[in-house]
Amino acid sequence: MAIILDHVNYIYEAETAMARVALNDVSLQIPDGQFIGLIGHTGSGKSTLVQHLNGLMKPTSGAVYFDGKDINDPEYDRKNLRAKVGLVFQYPEHQLFEINCFLDVCFGPKNLGLSQKEVELRAYDALKKVGLPDEYFYQSPFDLSGGQKRRVAIAGVLAMKPDVLILDEPTAGLDPKGRDEILDLISELHDTLGITVILVSHSMEDVANYVDRIIVMNKGEAVFDGAPKEVFSHYKELEEIGLAAPQVTYVMEELREAGFNVNTDATTIEEAADEIMRIFQ
Amino acid sequence: MLRDITLGQYYQTDSYVHRLDPRVKIVATLVYIVSLFVVDNFIGYLIAALILAVAIMRSNVPVKFIFKGMKAIYFLLAITMVFNLFLTPGEPLITFWKLKITKEGLKIAIMMGVRLVFLITGSSIMTLTTTPNQLTDGLESLMNPLKALHVPVHEISMMMSIALRFIPILMEETDKIMKAQMARGADFESGSLIQRAKSLIPLLVPLFISAFRRAGDLAMAMEARCYRGGEGRTKMKPLKYKQQDIITYVVILLYLCLMIAVGIIF
Repeated sequence: MAIILDHVNYIYEAETAMARVALNDVSLQIPDGQFIGLIGHTGSGKSTLVQHLNGLMKPTSGAVYFDGKDINDPEYDRKNLRAKVGLVFQYPEHQLFEINCFLDVCFGPKNLGLSQKEVELRAYDALKKVGLPDEYFYQSPFDLSGGQKRRVAIAGVLAMKPDVLILDEPTAGLDPKGRDEILDLISELHDTLGITVILVSHSMEDVANYVDRIIVMNKGEAVFDGAPKEVFSHYKELEEIGLAAPQVTYVMEELREAGFNVNTDATTIEEAADEIMRIFQ
Repeated sequence: MLRDITLGQYYQTDSYVHRLDPRVKIVATLVYIVSLFVVDNFIGYLIAALILAVAIMRSNVPVKFIFKGMKAIYFLLAITMVFNLFLTPGEPLITFWKLKITKEGLKIAIMMGVRLVFLITGSSIMTLTTTPNQLTDGLESLMNPLKALHVPVHEISMMMSIALRFIPILMEETDKIMKAQMARGADFESGSLIQRAKSLIPLLVPLFISAFRRAGDLAMAMEARCYRGGEGRTKMKPLKYKQQDIITYVVILLYLCLMIAVGIIF
């Protein structure tokens, strides 16, 4: 179920005086089961990019293939595609509308035309997976806390059993504790369900600990694409486009400049601590 | 798709018309609308077309942009013309089946069509060249005499400017929620009328909630900045008439006199 983007361009308000290039010749391959961090500044085109992956937006030129088929082919079943490629928007709690959480999560599978029983099973399963406590199932989603609402919204997409789960800034507006909980949850979903996860964020710190591949977007172009260690080694270029490597990268770089023989590949605090301990042994 | 409606959207540029005092533009637009109803002959419409052309030229708004925004009213225009064409009694020109086109009908249909196009083009020039804030400022100032009758002029204009400001915000929000629900398999485009109406619930509920949330936030922000109504409130850019405004008033007055004269003579 790999996704391939082939020279995708997207221009907002094309053919008017206000035309803005949002995506500029983006070519990517997203194989099964990867955990990808899509990083970029506000306006770098990352949200536009993810909307191309489930056919909500159509490239101005270029093509998007899912499982070997062009998703913008007029005969392609895009409704089914949206079940396979689940997209959780920014502030997903703003899309909740039902009288209780359970019914809201039912919305997605119901749209797929499944039987009532299957719909309810999937909704229950999804709410369990996101770790919503049972007592909230039949409460109004509007009475929950921000973090809980977001769990319900993620469950709403998860209930469609997607092969690819895309989350646009899933931690925006949450406090540090809520942020860590959501990130842990996403990581857990990736590990247990074996699905592809694309995590959109503007914070390296958020994704460094979890993902196995980072794609950096700048001004509509995919400028870096590789394993976290590899991408962070370009920390000077990252700074130029207004992003930064995780703080440990800087600590390790400074240690090396100060004459310690450390390996600067460490991306998480644990790895850095081990590395520092190693040279003192 | 919602973005395609450009009727009455502000077009950012610099021009003679853009720099005019909003009060002048409001009065001029009202005069223009009235003038379209005092004449019903060819010469009158020619003069109206001329002054409209001058206004468009001096506004620096591309003609293409003005007419692109009018797509929404083509339907209304067509209905008006068809009804007048077929339902006006008089001397028949063409008859087929039960329908007949009369000479009077043809005349009225063309006249109504022209009138409607002029009406909408004329008023969209005002909105194209005036920001919503200027517009409500102008209205507030023009309605000031009504304060003597205890009409809450400031409050009305404040409500208007907030409402206008919220249109693009809510449009963007609608677009976002629609996409979010489509990502969950919602279908807004097919099905029977009842199904389609039902499919709007997942769109409208979040939209209303967001509108209330935004309204609450805005009220809080206004209060935090000590807003307490119009009493004693000063303006950063008070409206002042300049020479060009007076010239425009004179031109508009002359135009109105001319139109009335044409309407009486012919």
